[in-house]
Formats: sequence, structure tokens, C-alpha cells
Amino acid sequence: MNKTKYILKREYISRVKKKSFLLMTILGPFLFAALIAAPAWFATMEDSETKQIAVVDSSGIFDYTKVLKESITLNSQRFHTELAKDSKDLPFIGKDMKKFNEVLHIIANNRDSLLGKNLELGFVSEARKIKSNNDLPNQPFDSLAEKYARLLPLVVERLQKTKGRIQNTTSTRFHYKDFDYSTSKKAITAGDYYAVVFIPSNVLSSLKVQTYAKKSLSMGVRSHIENAIEREIENQKLRNAGIDQETLENMKTNISIASIKVTEDGEEKETRPEIAMIIGYVAGFLIYISVFMFGSQVMRGVIEEKTSRIVEVILSSVKPRQLLMGKVLGVGLVGLTQYLIWIILTAVLSALAFTFLIPSDVGQLQQQASEFMGAGGMQNVTPMVENNMGEIQEILLSIANVNWPLIIGSFLFFFIGGYMLYAALFAAVGSAVDNESDTQQFMAPITIPLVLALFVMINTINNPESMLTYWFSIIPFTSPIVMLVRIPFGVPIFDLVLSATLLVATFLAMIWLAARIYKTGILMYGSKVSYKELWKWIKMGD
Amino acid sequence: MTPILTIDNINKSFINHRALTDVSLEIPEGSVFGLLGPNGAGKTTLIRIINQISYPDSGTIFFNNKPLRRKDVENIGYLPEERGLYKKMKVGEQALYLARLKGLSKQDALKKLKYWFEKFEIEQWWDKKVEELSKGMAQKVQFIVTIIHEPQLLIFDEPFSGFDPINANLLRKEILELRQKGATVIFSTHNMGSVEEICDNIALINNSKKILEGKVNEVKKGFRTFEYEFKYEGTTSIAEKLEDRYKLISEKQLEEEQYCRIKINDASSPNELLKNVMQHATVHSFNEIIPSMNDIFIEVVNQHKTQN
Repeated sequence: MNKTKYILKREYISRVKKKSFLLMTILGPFLFAALIAAPAWFATMEDSETKQIAVVDSSGIFDYTKVLKESITLNSQRFHTELAKDSKDLPFIGKDMKKFNEVLHIIANNRDSLLGKNLELGFVSEARKIKSNNDLPNQPFDSLAEKYARLLPLVVERLQKTKGRIQNTTSTRFHYKDFDYSTSKKAITAGDYYAVVFIPSNVLSSLKVQTYAKKSLSMGVRSHIENAIEREIENQKLRNAGIDQETLENMKTNISIASIKVTEDGEEKETRPEIAMIIGYVAGFLIYISVFMFGSQVMRGVIEEKTSRIVEVILSSVKPRQLLMGKVLGVGLVGLTQYLIWIILTAVLSALAFTFLIPSDVGQLQQQASEFMGAGGMQNVTPMVENNMGEIQEILLSIANVNWPLIIGSFLFFFIGGYMLYAALFAAVGSAVDNESDTQQFMAPITIPLVLALFVMINTINNPESMLTYWFSIIPFTSPIVMLVRIPFGVPIFDLVLSATLLVATFLAMIWLAARIYKTGILMYGSKVSYKELWKWIKMGD
Repeated sequence: MTPILTIDNINKSFINHRALTDVSLEIPEGSVFGLLGPNGAGKTTLIRIINQISYPDSGTIFFNNKPLRRKDVENIGYLPEERGLYKKMKVGEQALYLARLKGLSKQDALKKLKYWFEKFEIEQWWDKKVEELSKGMAQKVQFIVTIIHEPQLLIFDEPFSGFDPINANLLRKEILELRQKGATVIFSTHNMGSVEEICDNIALINNSKKILEGKVNEVKKGFRTFEYEFKYEGTTSIAEKLEDRYKLISEKQLEEEQYCRIKINDASSPNELLKNVMQHATVHSFNEIIPSMNDIFIEVVNQHKTQN
């Protein structure tokens, strides 16, 4: 056993002294952070250019301009009709009325907060022009004009209130336009707009919307438009069914679920499944990567000893099993060292982050809030900030509530177990071949369970209680990866003990098996080995 | 002389062939022992069994008259046929590592390594990586780590293959020096000519079986052919002038003398042959032709073939 110690020491020191180890150990946490951040970064890269999208709405659900104009026309017509009914000998004023209506339409184009008032004033002043042009008597003209003019602000107010919006995002901006088909085509080909969305007036019944663009719309933009229109159509249907705006506002709900885990001793702990998910995912993935990384280091080490022909020199001093164990343990210890440094580094980094970053964030939000308050408006900012602070504290609390000793402890245990199991197999493969390119034919039994475990792990995140997950977290070849994802969600002690026991038993068996292949293979040169031959080696014994 | 190593009825089979069949050997302490045989005869298998890299299917090995134990590897030095070093590792570190695997303490190993590195004038290579070394240098390092723990038994498998002539000579010299100090040496080789002059004892192995064993001079005596070669003055052949009990094997005309090879067919002494020849010619030289190990091997193998 003393000699195993020397072998272990050599394997360990020769690896730890390498520059690549130092680099990986220090850069590792940053690399992982980058790995997680990269998809988000790519997503922002993709949409860095803001897309201008024109919306032509004939339904009035999103843009009331078109509907407002129609309402104005209707209002003018009614005014005209009532005027004709109430006054005798009304001369033909159709032409004047048409002009009158057009002026109001022009006013309607200029959308601002005074739109209703402007329309009312415009109506009155334009009506006066008609009156004086045709020498109409003051009554009933003035009272009718006043009556219909007053209706316009109410229409505007109502339309403004009920309008839906397609939210602008960082990458897309929506503009409401009166385009018809040919102008929209021009706007697209000229590049003024990325796309034009046509919402037909009968959208409520037809449920069809058309978009025109040079290229087909990206999934993101499409689903954004789809969702916004769907939501507004639903709202509109509710409104049509007699639900008023206020009720509609009140119906908007955003439930926050506090998930409280009851521990074995009856204690209650608040958890956030997202955090459990992230921890589980990271831990499982780390094990997957490191089994491959350190396992293949063992394999390469074995091949190196074989091809450099030093192995027989060493075997004249130690037993093959000692050499194998020394190598497996030495490389494993390198892995553990790396993880310990990573854990400490991450703990220090996150401690720094918590003490410096988080309070300043909260402080900033508070400052912003008081600035808004000082400016006089927006009373509702305060609860928002409080909400945010509450959420940050909640996240911090649930991070603190995570059973870190259990997670780190089981991570280390399952790392060691999974590593030993697979490293032994990697070593056996290395001993059976003459060079690295020949390893392919024996890699399948190692790769398949690992990749399978990875798939189940991803499934586990959505459904930690499924049968598939349960069995894969018990089977030793996949348990190191799958069990780690289950642990943050809470695992019965019995499952954990069963899985751990099976893992230990299996890795002992695998080391025994691998040692038999190893001691024959390591001295075998120049012949391509088949699975059948490996089986003979296993049976052969000494 | 007491044997340092006794090999008793060793059998070993691999998946599809038999490597050793009932092999028994005795290796006397302090001797240089040649384990000879063609490639694939089973020599390396036997040596691996002695080094406990592999284990026999049946039979026992005694080291110093006690059954071979694990601990005995520390008293054996082994230079395998397939030999090498870690390429990326520094020479000194590597030598120290291999010495410690043989059970030396750190101080002991360092002291001895220093001695040998100085002796071979390679101290300046201590901190170099093996991959930077020339092949000859690496061979020296290899030799040092084989003998560093001053083992009682040294085993060299095909020692002179792969060594350049200068290193091979150095090796030969150092091995004989070690033997002077009391070590027993086993040479295993298929190149029989390379070791016959330094071996005291030999064993021939062919097709997994030992076919011959003994002291070199006794073995050679056993395979005498009673053939003698003459060189004599003159240009005339002496063939017709020989008595019936002598048989001329060959003769040829050299530049200024005549050469012939004569076999004595009966048990008479070579002196009589010499007298006989001297009557007819002026003899320049007279030698007994001693068979080489190679000749003996071929003869023995052929004998076995005809026997079976």
C-alpha cells in the first residue's frame, strides 16, 4: 500500500504542477459563468438591431385612430340627420358636412392628451362655419351642435381607455399606421419598416392577422405579436360580454407561490424551485463533465504508460492493481482539489457579491423611489421598489435556506463514486488499446449511460418525482448525475442511502473488473482486441 | 554453489497458446546465467513470472530457498525488453520515483543516484525532461534505475537490443562489475552469440520447453564434434595421405597457405591426428572447432524434432 502512495503522489503532483491545471482552476468559475451567460448574450446579439414594425389596425382594439374616425363620421351623420329632422326647410348642406367631417378627421390624426377637447372645440367652430355659410337659424343648430360636440371627448376617452397595446420590446418597436396594401408594400421595400401587421376589423370573429415583411418573422417577434393580440381579443370579448374595464383591470393576477418544504423534523423551510433547479442542474452537469474529463485523463495516463513502455519497469516493483489504484486515486484527488478550490473561490466571490452588490442595488432602488416621490408623481413606484427588495431578500433567504452541507456533501460523495466507477472503466479501455485513436470501439459502454443520465437529468428538472428519475437516481451508472438533481428538491433518506450503497458496491465491482482487464491488457502490444477477448481476460484471473 | 533462484515445474498458458511447459531451472548464486531461445519460446513469460508481473498456472519459484514473496521484488532488478520512461517527467524525479518504488528511502535513493549519475557523467541531466534526452542517455538512465537498489538478482531481457555499441559495452562492463560484487545476473536473449562468452550457465528454451541446461563449457563439451582445423604451408592437398579414421570435412587454398578441416572418427586423441598431419606438411596452426551456442541450439532443436 505504501507504494500505491508513491504512485498516487506522482500522478497528483505531475498533474497539479501543470500550467493547464492552474489555469483551469482559476478560470473555471469564470468559464462556467460565461457558459451560463453565453446563451443570453447570443440572444441579445441577435436582436441588437431594433426592428420597426407598422401596425394597421382596422379593429380599433390596438389603435383607435381608424375607429375614432369612423365614430366621428357616424357622429357627424347623426348630427346632420337630427338637424334635418328638427329644422324645417334645411337647405342642402351635404357638401359642407363632408368638408366638416374631413377637418375633424385631420384633428383626429393629431393624437395627444387634449384630443377629446380639440375635437369638441373643432366640432363647434366648424359647425358655426356651416351655420353662417348657409344662414341657418341659431336654434336648434347651436344646441344640437353642442350636444354632438360633447359626445366626441367621451368617445375618445372611451377608446383611449379600452385600447390594447402590443408592448414595445428592446428589439421591436410598434407604430400604428393607416397604411393600405400598396403603401405598406412601399414602406417595406423602402426598408422603413421591418414588417407590417394587418389587423382586420373582424378580427374578433375571424381570429386572423396578417403580417407582411421582406423576410419571415423571427419566432420571438411572431409569438410576441400573437400573444399581445390574443390577450387583447380575450379582453375585448370579456368587455363585449359586459365586463367593465375596472373589473378587467382587477382580474389581472400574478400569483407568487411560496413553496414551503416540511423537513424530517417538522421544521418548515421556504424554498424556491428555481433555485433548487439551478443548483441541481449545475451539480449534475459538473459531475457529467468531470467524469468525462478526469476519466479520460486516467485513460490517457494508462495509454501513455503503455506506449512509452515504462509500464513493465513499474510492474517489476508494484502490482498492476496498485498502479491502477494509484492512478485512479491520484487523478481523482486532482479533481477534488480543483472542486475544493472552486467551491472556496465561488463562496468567497458570492460572499463578496452579497456584501457589496446587493445592498447597493437596494439602495439604488430606494434612491430612485425617493426621486420619483420628490418629483411629485407616480406614487405607485414605492410598492414596486418594496416588491423588488422583497424579492431579492426572498431569493437570498431561500439561497441561505438551501441545505448546503447536504448538497456539497453529496456532490463530493457522488463525484467520488461516479468518478471511481467510470475511471476504472476508462483505465480498462486505456489498457486494452495501443493508442488513443483505438479507444473508440470501447467507449460506447461508458458514453451511453452518461449521456442517458444527462437526458434524464434535464427531464428531472421539470419533473423531479417521475419514475424514470427515481430509477435513474438509484442505478449506479446514472445515479451520480441524476441523484444530484433530485437532492435540492428533497430526497427521502432511504433513497439516498440505497443509491449510495449501490454506487459504492458497483464501483468496487467495476474496479475489480477493470483491474482484471488492466493487468492483462497493459502488457499486450500490437493486437487489436475485441470485446470477446476482454471477456476472456476477465475470466482468466491470475 | 547454492542456487539463488529455483524454478520448479512451472506451467503457464495463455488464451490460445502454451507459454511454459514443466520448466525447471536452477540459477546458482553469483553466476551469469543465459536464458536462451528464439523469439516466442517463453523466455519473457518466465521472466515476468520471476518478477511477479505474471503468475504461473502451476509450479513454484524459490528465491534464496524460500518460496518467492511479494517483498522479493526489492531484491530483483529487471530491465524489460519493452522499456521506456515517462517522457514528460524530469530525469532526476523519475529516477527517484522508480528507486522509491523499489523500496529505497529518499536519502538512500538520492545518495545512490548521485553516485551513478556521476559515474556515468550525466549529473547535468538531472533536471531535464526525458523527451529532451538522446536515446543513449535515456538508456543510461534506464540502466541506473534497474540496478539502483543493489539487487541480489539482476534480470536483463534482450539487454543489447536497442543499445548502441558504446552503451552496450558500458553495460557489459558494469554488469560484470556488479557480478564481482556478488550479484547474480540473468540474461535472456535470442541472440545467443552475444552472451556466450560472458555466461557461466545457460538454459535453452524452445516452444515453451526447456531443452538444455548446464555450465557453458560442459554444454559445449557435450556437443563436441571432434573436428579440428589446420593451416599448413604448401599448396598440395593432404587428403589422400590421411588415415581411414580421419575424415576430411573441407579444405581450401588460402593466399599463402592451405586450410583444412578434419574430423576424428574414432576415440583417438587429437595428438595423433597432429602427428599424422605433421608427417606431410608444416603446420602453422591447429585448433579444435568448438560449436557455438547457436550451432548447439540448432542441433538440439533438430534432435527434439526427430524425437517427436
